[in-house]
Amino acid sequence: MADEYILETRSLAKEFKGFVAVNGVDLKIRRGRIHALIGPNGAGKTTVFNLLTKFLAPTRGAILYNGRDITHERPAHIARRGMVRSFQISAVFPHLTVLENVRVALQRRRGHSLDFWHSAKALDALNERARELLDSVGLSAYASTVAVELPYGRKRALEIATTLALEPEMMLLDEPTAGMTHEDVERIAALIKRVAADRTVLMVEHNLSVVADLSNHITVLARGEVIAEGDYAQVSKHPAVIQAYLGAEHG
Amino acid sequence: MANAAPTLAAPAGAADAKLHRIAFAVMAVAVALAPFAFYPVFLMKAMCFALFACAFNLLLGFGGLLSFGHAMFFGGAGYFCAHAAKVWGLTPELAILAGAGAAALVGSVTGLLAIRRQGIYFAMITLALAQMIYFFAVQAQWFTGGEDGIQGVPRGKLFGLVDLSHMPAMYSVVAVIFLGGFLLIYRIIHSPFGQVLKAIREHEPRAVSLGYDTDYYKLLAFVLSATLAGVAGATKALVFQLASLTDVHWTMSGEVVLIALLGGVGTVFGPVVGALIIVTMQDYFSQLGAGVTIAQGVVFVICVLAFRRGIVGELSRVLKRSL
Ligand SMILES: Nc1ncnc2c1ncn2[C@@H]1O[C@H](COP(=O)(O)OP(=O)(O)O)[C@@H](O)[C@H]1O
Ligand SMILES: [Mg+2]
Repeated sequence: MADEYILETRSLAKEFKGFVAVNGVDLKIRRGRIHALIGPNGAGKTTVFNLLTKFLAPTRGAILYNGRDITHERPAHIARRGMVRSFQISAVFPHLTVLENVRVALQRRRGHSLDFWHSAKALDALNERARELLDSVGLSAYASTVAVELPYGRKRALEIATTLALEPEMMLLDEPTAGMTHEDVERIAALIKRVAADRTVLMVEHNLSVVADLSNHITVLARGEVIAEGDYAQVSKHPAVIQAYLGAEHG
Repeated sequence: MANAAPTLAAPAGAADAKLHRIAFAVMAVAVALAPFAFYPVFLMKAMCFALFACAFNLLLGFGGLLSFGHAMFFGGAGYFCAHAAKVWGLTPELAILAGAGAAALVGSVTGLLAIRRQGIYFAMITLALAQMIYFFAVQAQWFTGGEDGIQGVPRGKLFGLVDLSHMPAMYSVVAVIFLGGFLLIYRIIHSPFGQVLKAIREHEPRAVSLGYDTDYYKLLAFVLSATLAGVAGATKALVFQLASLTDVHWTMSGEVVLIALLGGVGTVFGPVVGALIIVTMQDYFSQLGAGVTIAQGVVFVICVLAFRRGIVGELSRVLKRSL
């Protein structure tokens, strides 16, 4: 049996010019789980994501992915190892079509992307797989729509389809349901549940009913530090968590 | 599994591709027939600037990188080509290759230094390096002829066979270089590489998170753009039999920005239209002397206010087709 934990951090810390945004965080993410990272605004959740995916370099601490120290790797390399992130603000390629968005991801696995002398027709071989992926997130009718014209909830679905194109071992989702209508939230939550069937998901989420519904394990962050851990029932009764959430306006 | 996707058998771009083929055919015919109605030297100048602007647009329009130093590739290649033809006695095709090679080399170094910077810092570094090349061109008289430039560059014999002092021969060579360069750029834009380049332009962190080492892509785009700008500059040096400081001056870097903006950044045909307009204006207003700059400025301001996406950009918006 492979390691129990797919991702671990050891005393992870990040300072911005003396301001400590993340302070000695030890995370242990179990393989195959949906792990939620919650906490009030400004707790350092997005910063943790940026550290894990190497968009930021940690000030201190170490990150282990599948038991291997990845603290000093480049962000694109992390993605190629199978850990793919989304962004807090939806990240599609706005002036490419929906199909092309997914193809850009498929193309990365295909390789040969520096071939500037080949016709892009070579990429048509990826269309079938791209359509399957769009189908799986309910976007097949939008294949030739330019992504910028999609409604917000659909953009997030496109993002997930694009991420899935890489068949990542682990997905990091930063507030996947933020700013969505009720129906969209339900659709995305169902989608996350489905895609988590054969991979690990770490997600930052403010919607606590989504968290309660989806996650197996929760880590609560406040002012850059882990204040509680456990399942939803344990965490929601924890005095420090109640304190942190009452102290901050956001829930 | 049943695929419920609407049967858009042709990908979204197929109709555009057909339109592009037609537009290219029209352009090629125009290039072939134009010398019967206009001065060949004027047309050759326009084609050199059009290729220069297309090369610049490859970087700005498709890579999202604004270089403010492209004169160093255009003018620098001009000096290399002129020196190679006149002093080393190379045949014209080799002289142009020498110019393009020099531009590729300078482009690689500049790219390595600039590529990690974003936005205005990127523009500033390219400008600073272009100024260094300019000062080199002023100082290194033994190579560039200093203030006088390299004059009386022999056009020579293509492959040692075809005498390019014959206008039709020279014109044909320039036409082939322009059309060929245009097609190459078109292919680059529509290649797997071009697709990634557009993704980086649209959202670089997302491209990184998909596993692309975006620096390599940006560097390759920069070197390709520099090399093709070099081909344009080298060809211009042969046409005018002259390499001079004008072509490495920062105003030349500004001019190519202007041409691209006027025609439409990120369009396929915009830079060609922009170049044609600017070169025509310069020709037409040349009797105004210094006034040409003012006239150019006025036209530019009017165009930018009237067509914010550039002429071809606006046209493509109206037609709802990429051009
Ligand atoms: N690049 C940065 N420079 C300076 N401070 C930052 C930077 N990124 C985040 N911060 C600060 O770090 C803290 C945590 O931010 P963030 O990780 O975005 O919180 P969360 O995602 O939990 O809402 C905030 O106080 C924020 O202002
Ligand atoms: Mg956040």
